[in-house]
Amino acid sequence: MSEKVKAPKEPLFSKKNKRLVVEPLDDNNPVTIQVLGICSALAITVSIEQALVMTGSVLFVLGAGNMIISMLRNLIPSRIRIIVQLVVVASLVIIVNEVLKAFMPDVAEKLSVFVGLIITNCIIMGRFEAFAMANKPWPSLLDAIGNTVGYGVILVLVSVFREIFGSGKFFGMTLFGDRIEGTGAYSVGYMDNNFIILAPFALFAVGIIIWIQRARNTKLIEEH
Amino acid sequence: MVDHINIFLKAVFSENMIFAYFLGMCSYLAVSKTVKTAVGLGAAVIFVLGVTVPVNWLLENYVLKEGALTWIDPSYADMDLSFLSFIMFIAVIASIVQLVEMLVEKFAPALYGALGIFLPLIAVNCSILGGALFMQERQYSTIGEATNFGISSGIGWFLAIVAIAAIREKIKYSHIPAPMRGLGITFVTTGLMGIAFMSFSGLNYAEAEKESCGDEPGTTSETGAVEVESESDETTMVYDINSEEN
Repeated sequence: MSEKVKAPKEPLFSKKNKRLVVEPLDDNNPVTIQVLGICSALAITVSIEQALVMTGSVLFVLGAGNMIISMLRNLIPSRIRIIVQLVVVASLVIIVNEVLKAFMPDVAEKLSVFVGLIITNCIIMGRFEAFAMANKPWPSLLDAIGNTVGYGVILVLVSVFREIFGSGKFFGMTLFGDRIEGTGAYSVGYMDNNFIILAPFALFAVGIIIWIQRARNTKLIEEH
Repeated sequence: MVDHINIFLKAVFSENMIFAYFLGMCSYLAVSKTVKTAVGLGAAVIFVLGVTVPVNWLLENYVLKEGALTWIDPSYADMDLSFLSFIMFIAVIASIVQLVEMLVEKFAPALYGALGIFLPLIAVNCSILGGALFMQERQYSTIGEATNFGISSGIGWFLAIVAIAAIREKIKYSHIPAPMRGLGITFVTTGLMGIAFMSFSGLNYAEAEKESCGDEPGTTSETGAVEVESESDETTMVYDINSEEN
C-alpha cells in the first residue's frame, strides 16, 4: 500500500518465497519446533476428519488474517496491535464457526469449544507478530500456507495413528471388523487400545514425533 | 454448596484445563523452566480467570444468550446474539487484562513486580478464553458458580504448571536421549501426569453422598466403557479410565 520505493520485481515463486512454504514443514515446524498451537493439536486429533477440518479452518483464518494484518500493518498503532489482531482473528473465526455449524454440524459438535479457541491458537498470533507485521501480503500468505501445512502434517500424523489403533477406523471406515459383534480381527482376540483415544496419549504421540524428528535432524537438539 | 464443591473438584482435578483439555499449553511449555516464574504465571492465571469468567457470564446471560435482552424490552425475547460471543469474549478478556495490569501497577506495585511481565501474555492464553467458552457451554446457573468455576480451573492450571516446573528443574540433571531433551521429555512427562490426574475422574461429591450405601463404582465404569465404543468424545472417555486401569 504505502510502498514508495519500487523494489526490483520479485517472481511470485522466488527461492525466498519457496523457503517460506517449505521451512515450516520440517526445520521450523510450528508444533514440534516453535511449540505453538499445541492446545488444538492435541485435543482434536482423535479422528482424521476432525484433524482435517481443523487444519482447513486454521488455513482459512491464518491465510486471510495474515493478509489482512499485512495490508494494515502500517496503519496499526503498535500499542494496541494485540487488540487489533484479536479482533481480526475473532471475526474470521466467527465466519468459520458459522460455516461449520451450517454445513458440518456433526464435526462442529465434536470440535465444540476448539473452533472458538482458534482465536487464541498461538500459531496465528505468533505469525501475525513475527511475520505479517513486517512483510507484504503475498509472502504473508505463503508463510500462512507453509505454517498451516506444517501444523496439519503433525495433526494428521497423530490422528491417523490414534484413529486406527484407538477406535479401529480410518476416516470413519471400520478397518478390523465390527467391535461389538466381534467380527473380523475382533473374533481372534484383537482389541482396540482405548488408552490411545484418551488425552495423555496425544502428548506421548507428539513427544515421539519430536524424538524421531530430532534424531533425524540433529541440529534441532536442545541444550536442556 | 454440594454443587460448588463438585464444580471445584471437577475443575481442579478431573477436568483439569491442562491434562484433560490441553488449554494454555503454549505458555505452560514456554514458562515452566523454573518454579518461581511458574508460580507467577499460575497466580496471574487464577486471578484473570477469576475476574473474566464472571464478567463473561454476565455478558452471556444479559446480552448474548437467546432472550437475554428482555431486561431492556420484552420485545427482544427472540433476539439471539450468541454468534457474537467469540468476539465479545475476547474483547472483554483483552481489555480486562489491560485494566487489571493498570490497576495492579497503580495499587499493588509489589504484586505488579511479581506478575508484571506475565499479565500481557495472558490475553492470548487459551485457558482464559477456554474458561469463558466452557462456562458458556456448561450453562452455569448463577454467577457464584461461574466465579467458582473460573477460580477453580485457575487453581488446576496453577497446580499443573508448578508441578511440571518442579519436575523440569530436576530433570535437567538426568540422562535423557539427546533428541528428547527439552521439549520431548516435557511432553512425555505431561502425558504421565495426565494419566495420574485421570485417576481423579469419576470424583463426584454429590453422587458419592447419595450412593454411599449403593452400588460399587465398577458398574458405572462399565456403562462408561460401552459409551466410549460409539463415541470418541472427551467427556464420556473420561469414565473409561476406571475399567482401563484395573
